[in-house]
Amino acid sequence: MSASRPRLAVWKFSSCDGCQLTLLDCEEDLLPLADQVEIAYFLEASRDTGPGPYDLSLVEGSIATRTDIERIREIRAQSRVLVTIGACATAGGVQALRNARDFDKLRSVVYARPEYIDALATSTPIAQHVPVDFELRGCPVDKRQLLEVVTAFLAGRKPDVPDHSVCFECKRRGVTCVTVAHGTPCLGPVTQAGCGALCPAFGRGCFGCFGPKADPNTRALLPLLRADGVADEDVARLYRTFNAEAPAFAEAAEEAGR
Amino acid sequence: MTHRSTRLLSVGSLARVEGEGAMHVQVRDGEVESVRLSIYEPPRFFEALLRGRRYDEPVDITARICGICPVAYQMTACQAIEDACGVTVDGQLAALRRLLYCGEWIESHSLHIYLLHAPDFLGLPDALALARTDRELVERGLRLKQAGNQIMEVLGGRAVHPVNVRLGGFHRLPDRSELDRLAALLRTARRDAEETVAWTAELDYPDLHVQHALLALRPPDSYPLDSGTPTLHSGYPSAVAPLTAFLVAEFERHVVEAQAPHSTALQATVDGRHYLTGPLARWRIAAELLPAELRQMAALAGVGGTCDNPFRSIAVRAIEVLWAVREAQRLLEEYESPPRPAVPVPPRAGIGHAATEAPRGLLYHRYELGSDGTIVSADIVPPTSQNQAAIEADLRDFVQQRLHLEDTELTRQCEQAIRNYDPCISCATHFLDLTVEGR
Repeated sequence: MSASRPRLAVWKFSSCDGCQLTLLDCEEDLLPLADQVEIAYFLEASRDTGPGPYDLSLVEGSIATRTDIERIREIRAQSRVLVTIGACATAGGVQALRNARDFDKLRSVVYARPEYIDALATSTPIAQHVPVDFELRGCPVDKRQLLEVVTAFLAGRKPDVPDHSVCFECKRRGVTCVTVAHGTPCLGPVTQAGCGALCPAFGRGCFGCFGPKADPNTRALLPLLRADGVADEDVARLYRTFNAEAPAFAEAAEEAGR
Repeated sequence: MTHRSTRLLSVGSLARVEGEGAMHVQVRDGEVESVRLSIYEPPRFFEALLRGRRYDEPVDITARICGICPVAYQMTACQAIEDACGVTVDGQLAALRRLLYCGEWIESHSLHIYLLHAPDFLGLPDALALARTDRELVERGLRLKQAGNQIMEVLGGRAVHPVNVRLGGFHRLPDRSELDRLAALLRTARRDAEETVAWTAELDYPDLHVQHALLALRPPDSYPLDSGTPTLHSGYPSAVAPLTAFLVAEFERHVVEAQAPHSTALQATVDGRHYLTGPLARWRIAAELLPAELRQMAALAGVGGTCDNPFRSIAVRAIEVLWAVREAQRLLEEYESPPRPAVPVPPRAGIGHAATEAPRGLLYHRYELGSDGTIVSADIVPPTSQNQAAIEADLRDFVQQRLHLEDTELTRQCEQAIRNYDPCISCATHFLDLTVEGR
């Protein structure tokens, strides 16, 4: 083992752990990857933790407490490259659904003594607090894309992660369009690729877990969703799930709800 | 050591657990004064966010409570909502759901056994260090984990937050060639699982015996997984009739969740007592329902009928992995494609309950629906909030018996003791910073 292997760190904020787990799910690639990098900080995998600086920090989860804000600033200062992984880190996650609600009322539904709870009224993406070098989408992130991002940054090149829509992946995979063939409502045309057109391949409409594609035409999709029998409040609800705070989805939900 | 002393053992961020938590142990004049598992991971307010959503959404939304056991959430949410709608999913659709759940048990338990817990028994910081001393061992664990993931990918589309589960069944049925591929993988997985059970017999187990009330589901004719009656073991070894049962619909009359000030997880008691759920509880309450061959293998691995040492939970998990592999094989052999991927589940006003066995223990969901299927209220009781008080009680006994150890070693052993329960903090905050304190 050489002392000059790049140092990788994995950090967790408010999240379900699923994106970090995706790294451990790279079973056959995990041990070879561990031979190439020094895993300097990855609490879910190791009690050995090393101080910064780190060459690559992968950040999972959203900012949900005051302490989080301080912690992400320290992590940024210690990281040469900072990549956010997953819908929580890039768009606030499903827990950002609280952003539009009365927070005190919300807390009291779950906790008898809400005053003990250190939580901000909003769940926000990492990039709202510190500069981020790359955002990897998905709820959860895709294993192949995650490996591509790690390999690319360690090699000092740009990751090959397309920002086009899920529709491209359906065509490439030869999946019959669920909207055209079955009238199934689908967010595929406005959602960023990366999952491999998973839901359509299972006969289900895309529910947007990778967030908006670049320049999504949500306005053109609205009449199609209506034509498939989706009520406007359901269109709004569809956009308001795992990437509710991604600006393009927030606006689309707003527009449908109007 | 001074004559009057207070020791403070503390782990600010527990490693190799799912989610964020800390431990604080305070010892004064040779007596453990307080033990606290603090769950500082911020709460995510799922129960509140589900209000006003549609009844077909919790299957995807509650999966996001936990990336390690999303299927447990999906299965429990489906069953509870189907219960509210008066629909029972049975036959081959229920069998496919059970197969998917077997996949999650294999994946989650293999992750815990090999990547999170094994390094403790071997005095190593992580599985990567373990791979440097015994690569074959870690490769076996990863292969087993992958077999579980493959089941989840075939039936669910992906291992984390599967997309193919819906009320009434699935969006799409698997085809025969996909299932044949799983059957081939499971033949290797069965051998790996048998070797895992045998390997747990070689480990050194710290001595700790606990007496808790235990709660697990007990089905009439199988080891618990996706169904069964909540069954309580009094925990007293000499009790004449140790088992009592209650209906799932009466769960909240027996199990009460209260908020501890140091934690964002809610802590539960059953009939006023703290209790343990998970592998040790399932084993005590339902081991007799396992095939005799598996019980013999467990006995050879040192797991007797009344396993009360939490450190041996790794061996119980290994047995459970083997059981899940065999169960998956049985389900595949008996599978016949059902006529349609899902049965209709029309909404109606009502309340539905369900409980299943997540890898870490009993998981309970309750939903109240309006007549159009809008969720009026939701209640979710995850395993780790049920276990938290019992974990703290066990740590207190564990530390008390080991006060002669110096801080670093004692803290390390405390962390190992916490990992016995495979705490899932992400679930609980819907947990740990270890501090052993000595002022």
